[in-house]
Amino acid sequence: MLRDITLGQYYQTESVLHRMDCRVKLVGTLAFIISLFIVDNVWGYLLAAAFLGLCVKLSRVPFRFIVKGMKAIVFLMLFAVVFNLFLTPGTPAVSIWRLTITWEGIRMAAKMAVRLTLLIIGSSLMTLTTTPNHLTDGLESLLNPLKRLKVPVHEVSMMMSIALRFIPILLEETDKIMKAQIARGADFESGSLIRRAKAMVPLLVPLFIAAFRRANDLALAMEARCYRGGEGRTKMKPLIYRRRDYLGYAALAAYLVVAALIGRILL
Amino acid sequence: MEKQMSIIETSHVSYDYIRHDEEGNVEGTMRAVDDVSLSVEAGQFIAILGHNGSGKSTLAKHINALLLPTEGCVVVDGMDTAKEENTWEVRRRAGMVFQNPDNQIIGQVVEEDVGFGPENIGIPTKEIWERVEESLKAVGMYAYRKYSPNKLSGGQKQRVSIAGVLAMHPKCIVLDEPTAMLDPSGRREVIRAARALNEVEGVTVILITHYMEEVIFANRVFVMDEGRVVMQGTPREVFSQVERLKQLRLDVPQVTLLAWELKKSGLPLPDGILTAAELTEELEKLRSSGADA
Amino acid sequence: MSDKISLKLEHVSYIYGADTNLPVRALDDICLEIPEGQFIGLIGHTGSGKSTLVQHLNGLERPTQGTITYDGQDIWAKDYPRKQLRSQVGLVFQYPEHQLFETDVFADVCFGPKNLGLEKEEIERRAGRALELVGFPKEFYGQSPFELSGGQKRRVAIAGVLAMEPKILVLDEPTAGLDPRGRDEILGQIAHLQRETGISVVLVSHSMEDVANYVQRIIVMDHGRVLFDDAPHEVFSHVKELEAVGLAAPQVTYILHGLRERGFDVDVRATTIREAKETILQAMREDGKC
Repeated sequence: MLRDITLGQYYQTESVLHRMDCRVKLVGTLAFIISLFIVDNVWGYLLAAAFLGLCVKLSRVPFRFIVKGMKAIVFLMLFAVVFNLFLTPGTPAVSIWRLTITWEGIRMAAKMAVRLTLLIIGSSLMTLTTTPNHLTDGLESLLNPLKRLKVPVHEVSMMMSIALRFIPILLEETDKIMKAQIARGADFESGSLIRRAKAMVPLLVPLFIAAFRRANDLALAMEARCYRGGEGRTKMKPLIYRRRDYLGYAALAAYLVVAALIGRILL
Repeated sequence: MEKQMSIIETSHVSYDYIRHDEEGNVEGTMRAVDDVSLSVEAGQFIAILGHNGSGKSTLAKHINALLLPTEGCVVVDGMDTAKEENTWEVRRRAGMVFQNPDNQIIGQVVEEDVGFGPENIGIPTKEIWERVEESLKAVGMYAYRKYSPNKLSGGQKQRVSIAGVLAMHPKCIVLDEPTAMLDPSGRREVIRAARALNEVEGVTVILITHYMEEVIFANRVFVMDEGRVVMQGTPREVFSQVERLKQLRLDVPQVTLLAWELKKSGLPLPDGILTAAELTEELEKLRSSGADA
Repeated sequence: MSDKISLKLEHVSYIYGADTNLPVRALDDICLEIPEGQFIGLIGHTGSGKSTLVQHLNGLERPTQGTITYDGQDIWAKDYPRKQLRSQVGLVFQYPEHQLFETDVFADVCFGPKNLGLEKEEIERRAGRALELVGFPKEFYGQSPFELSGGQKRRVAIAGVLAMEPKILVLDEPTAGLDPRGRDEILGQIAHLQRETGISVVLVSHSMEDVANYVQRIIVMDHGRVLFDDAPHEVFSHVKELEAVGLAAPQVTYILHGLRERGFDVDVRATTIREAKETILQAMREDGKC
């Protein structure tokens, strides 16, 4: 059940996007999201969709896989759409009971649905084509200037990547402890809210203990392998811009300019 | 001259765990390692046997400078582990693999995990890649270099951990109960990898375990109990003392135990039979001599 | 109630991820019966489906096909009280000490019976009896379970399931991670409580040696199927087949087969050291005579 969430999980394959420097992808995702909020007409969205479609094609991640991963947040999207549909003031289009759908509402909801879909596909495309480790490397590198402000950039990114490594392990552990307690007659599903909160104790206490034990072991293992912070460390996979990365930046810039022109100014 | 040969030398090492009460005051101490002196020659395969709580894991952590002796001293490859300036070089030269395969892999891809150690000690990028490749090949995990550790079996994870240590080019590897959480086939994989390391790469291996079948290949066996080394010698020497091992409630390989039982029942078999082949051979000898008589 | 309660699996299959393009058949057409009062060993290597099977026995997982009945009733029938079933078929997971959570040992063991909604007195009686059955010393009942040694923690965790007074006790690798002393103690204790209470015990293991010494019946699993289901010496006589699925017979079996090949007249069905000793001595004596 908990393991079914595939949203943005790294998809292993060989593609231009997989090989591209993660900084380009991070900046690109940010730029794409911004572009979605700049454009404000059909042509703009069409362009954004076309650009995204091209990226998906380049990534070689099956479209089906991306859509499957989105199932988890369909509810959130529906909520946003419905919210907009009913609560936007303007000319009434349909009236059911006390609820009124306005033309503006329909427009707004449609825009919202398109924007959210593009946004989610766009950002999950980044995590689908970038290993979490690369992602934290990229963030570390992009945030490097903050080091001067005494922000522990390396430590934070190390923590992030360790957290990412242990999430699946802890999820599995949760599943196991839950089953073990159910086997002892525990009930996690019925009863009042307070009862249910209380029923979580036999799950949470062992889970925390397990997490601490793991953290302790891991710290020891890292020390044993000579880890002592970011100083003096070299990189196995240093971030070096190559020709395709500059091309990537250029394509991005071009896309942003065209999107701004079509989506806002010209049409 | 002999001093030159030994890679690990502990002399009169004792270690006390300090117990604290709820306010953090010292409540008392517990002696986990008690006056242990041993020396390990470079290139050997050493096994340390003992129960949980016999002090074997505590002793192991001294070889890697994760713990420093309360009394006595530990010298690794000529360096006193108690000196702070030696800490990192000691850890590089004497690597360590732990019990739980899930709690020691840091990377999210096999090859990145193996590269973690070399990164920490500042090896140039190009060389890291070479080391990762050779280390993974040495433990037979090169084909899995792009895998997520979560997709591997327990035995495979432990082999990745061994590769991670190997990539730091250590002189010695301490394996602290690497097989305790594995199934029989995983155990075989790990022991095979450890033996190959010792035989092919010439790395000194110190294997800590409570599985007796794993130590019959060792050059030397130390048995620990209550913080002390209570028996030592070649596997044959140690396993010929079945009574003593039973007293310590340690396992004896089934073949050895059977041979010992047969001897007790009057068959004139030699002590310390370690393999099924040996037992069969000895029984055959007995039969033919019996037939002659 | 009939006098013979049993758990019956009929053509049980279980498929993981049936909706994905990579469905895995973890259990394949399993037919089994676990009667009252039997000591059974369930053997298979990692991934053979034994852990999945175990989770079917007390209704934690639902079979994709086939039926499971307890005392003649389908446990997946609409109104079947599965919570009740879980007290009848007690399941002790691997590394069960990881589920301990209470502040003291006794309270933790009370958790199971408390969930059954019993009277306070009955809860405490059961907890006390369970701790006694696993040989846990009385003076430590008030101790925090987290301060115990590995072996003691495991006893407490087993008592936690035993306190529900199940008719069938299933233990998933109860000796994993223990040292030889701890392993022998736990196995001895389990054998003792089986004799004492007369309940059925299913011991899941990948160690043939462990199992050979205790059980009266062995079920071998491979690829989600039951490969053998018979008395230990019958199962171990299939040395070749066992090896083909990554399992090994007890070491003594190999020695005896080796001796047989060299012309010794030994009984290869012996599985324990004691039996092996007897048959070898006998063979030697006979040889001595002629």
